[in-house]
Amino acid sequence: MLLAAEETAAAAGWFLENAWLIPVIPFVAFFIILLLGKRMPRGGSEVGIASMVAALVIAAGAAFQWIDRVDSAHGEEVAPVIKQWTWWQSGGTKFGVGEHIDGLAVMALLLVAFISTLVQIYSTEYVKGDRRYTHFFASITLFSAGMLIMVLAPNMVQLILGWEIMGLTSFLLIGHWWEERANSEAALKAFWTVRVGDVGLLVGTAMLLGIFGTLDIQGINEMAAAGEFASHKVLMWAAVALFIACIGKSGQFPLHTWLPDAMAGPTPVSSLLHSSTMVVAGVFLVARIYPVFHVGLEINAAGQTFNLIAVIGGITVIVAAALAFVQDDIKKVLAYSTVSQLGYMMMGLGVGAWTASVFHIFTHAFFKCCLFLVAGSISYTASHHSFDMKKDMGGIWKKMPISFGAWMVSTAALCGIPFFSGFFSKDEIIDSAKYADYTIFYIVGIVGAFMTTAYMTRATYLTFFGTPRGGAAHFMGVDHHDDHAQDAHGQDAHGHDDHADDHDDHGHDAHDAPEPGKPFPFAPFDSPWKITAPLLILGTLAVGSGYLNAPALGIHWFEHQTESSIGLPIAHEDEGGSEAEIHDEEAVAVQAFAAPRAGEGAEAEGGHAEVDPIYTVPEPPKFKWSSAAPGLLLVLAGFLVSLLLSLAVFGKKKNALSPFVGLTRRSKPVGAIHTFLVNKLYLDYLYEKVIFRAFAHPISKAAYWFNQSVIDGVVDGTGRSAKRTGDWVYRNIDQRVVDGAVNASGMVASESGHALQPVQSGKVNQYGALLFSAAAVGAIVLILLNV
Amino acid sequence: MYAVNFLLLSAALFSIGVFGVIARRNAVMVLMSIELILNSVNLNLIAFALINNDIDGHIFALFVIAIAAAEVGVGLAMVLMIYRNRRSIALDELSEMHG
Repeated sequence: MLLAAEETAAAAGWFLENAWLIPVIPFVAFFIILLLGKRMPRGGSEVGIASMVAALVIAAGAAFQWIDRVDSAHGEEVAPVIKQWTWWQSGGTKFGVGEHIDGLAVMALLLVAFISTLVQIYSTEYVKGDRRYTHFFASITLFSAGMLIMVLAPNMVQLILGWEIMGLTSFLLIGHWWEERANSEAALKAFWTVRVGDVGLLVGTAMLLGIFGTLDIQGINEMAAAGEFASHKVLMWAAVALFIACIGKSGQFPLHTWLPDAMAGPTPVSSLLHSSTMVVAGVFLVARIYPVFHVGLEINAAGQTFNLIAVIGGITVIVAAALAFVQDDIKKVLAYSTVSQLGYMMMGLGVGAWTASVFHIFTHAFFKCCLFLVAGSISYTASHHSFDMKKDMGGIWKKMPISFGAWMVSTAALCGIPFFSGFFSKDEIIDSAKYADYTIFYIVGIVGAFMTTAYMTRATYLTFFGTPRGGAAHFMGVDHHDDHAQDAHGQDAHGHDDHADDHDDHGHDAHDAPEPGKPFPFAPFDSPWKITAPLLILGTLAVGSGYLNAPALGIHWFEHQTESSIGLPIAHEDEGGSEAEIHDEEAVAVQAFAAPRAGEGAEAEGGHAEVDPIYTVPEPPKFKWSSAAPGLLLVLAGFLVSLLLSLAVFGKKKNALSPFVGLTRRSKPVGAIHTFLVNKLYLDYLYEKVIFRAFAHPISKAAYWFNQSVIDGVVDGTGRSAKRTGDWVYRNIDQRVVDGAVNASGMVASESGHALQPVQSGKVNQYGALLFSAAAVGAIVLILLNV
Repeated sequence: MYAVNFLLLSAALFSIGVFGVIARRNAVMVLMSIELILNSVNLNLIAFALINNDIDGHIFALFVIAIAAAEVGVGLAMVLMIYRNRRSIALDELSEMHG
């Protein structure tokens, strides 16, 4: 049954109408890979890639048709393309599946399909020879399908479905090499931490159903934006509950701890998980039903200086960036960087900069995916499957030009250096915070930019410059004096021991018999093309994607394509103030006039005034180089400080900042901060030791006591009294009354039987005599009665 | 035609039959007595059918004769078997079934 209006769909074009195929194809492919993958010549990876390419083609078609639709609307409201079929119904409530295609959905679909395709191509090389190669591709295809299902969702139920599919597959993928205990623990941690947030999702969705009576995203958005709800307080709590889900999924403080641990999975998984899927889901959810959050948390209300979303986002930006400084693992640096960037997105949504945040999702996906893939490329080719920057990297830029170039471009984009993509999105978030009078978050933003640049400079220096160490030295063919061979074997035992053969493919034979002192390089040049091709494409996009929406150059194309998805009208600066006042006055006048007639009181009339756009998001600020300057200066400062420190600390070169070397050892407060950061703010300690010990332990003890004393007492008491009652019933009722009756009837039967025994003489004649005498008696009685 | 003639004859036959069933020891004689009883009943049926000018009594008598024939067939077969087993058909010796 088709719930949505046909006419809008009919006019929308084939790709927009059939966009629901995009998640269906990989979903079906998942089952094909699972069932038949092992028998296929390429282990099922061809099915995965083909399904992603098919999804990408449809997504691209949908994107073109959407652009066409927006352009042909000529500035009028662009209606989303919605199709729903009833999936199941309970009582009168129908739960549908289908599609909700608008600018935001099209952007995310294209992004997910594109990045998934590249990551899968990359994976065919990266996990080649893995013992669970087929399962890897099955899971990663289902993972993309989950994100696509969520992105398309026309209602909250489908959104939850996709959300949970991702939760499950992230568990499968993070724990791909589950033979190692740490990996399976990381997978469990990811799963459970996200589940903690998911409670909020279920509660929030139930509350939305209660408030609006529908789960359709369009309906929810329209009603929230129009103020059609009974209680603002309830809506606020619904928004808070939903935001808790986003905290869990998008790795916001304080539930971010699972994200760095999720690095235990294969690098392509980290790349996919951290760029376009999974962690973006939380941000996407906020963007998807933005009116609920915007109205519920009163974002952009006059005089508001902070709100929940902005605060959590802001804390995440700073905390995660700080944590990124103390990591030795290149993937962990990138993981914390992702957390920090997600903080930016959340903060942007929290200050009303919807477009900037969504655009940051878009640009971030490309450059972060690229950074992870470079990290994977390095570990694959240069550092013997190690991700340790201090032990196994350094100086490799000369031999990995493609990886190095892609890394530098993406880092520049991440740091927000002008004319790279990250600059256009991140700077707009920061600018919007300033413009919307969220001064604290403006400061958080530029400080975050400073820190981002600083930790990325450190990571870049450690990875690509300086003297080659460990695996990298081996790769570069220079002298090294550590016991790397053991390390390499230890790393190979990572569950992909088949890799040892692969090295031979690219000329690595020194591994088995290293010449003392100076081993041969085991890879002559950069990674194979299946790894470098995605890097080149993503590197290009790390620059180019920013030009879809570059306020600095007066380009607002992306904003134009997606603004109908906000669900709220945009307040235009020049007319905003006076217009709003007029509207308010009118509303008041209407109320004053209508209230006596309606006799319903102010509340009903309050619901009337929603014709005016009460809730609006501010217009994106006009870009001025002068307002971007403080941030850019801090970025430059971050670069210089970090470069000098890196040179001083890791390169052992004398410079202006050399006095700071060893400060963590010399100065107690600085050392304390360092220890604090190394221990990840003690959050894991808090969760595992404090919460489990201090809360869970006494609670479980109390529960045990309660169980033993109260519940068991009740149960025992009931049992004992039941036994006593039973005994009494046995003695009195069962034995005396029931048995008595039974025995008595038996006795009577026995006695009468004995009494009548002589009658059964066995003599036929006697029987005949009895028969006839009885008949005679009967006849006499009959005659007497009839007379 | 008086019904009493028929009824007297029938009652006499019935009484002889009952006496035979109760008093005789020979199984064949008991069977024959039973036949007498049945025939006394038949006589009654036909008598009333004649008096009331109704065919039902005749038909019922025919049924009784058929059933009596069957009964005698089964009864004589049993007697024959008893005789083969025990060399006697004295009914007062056949009291294994006493209670």
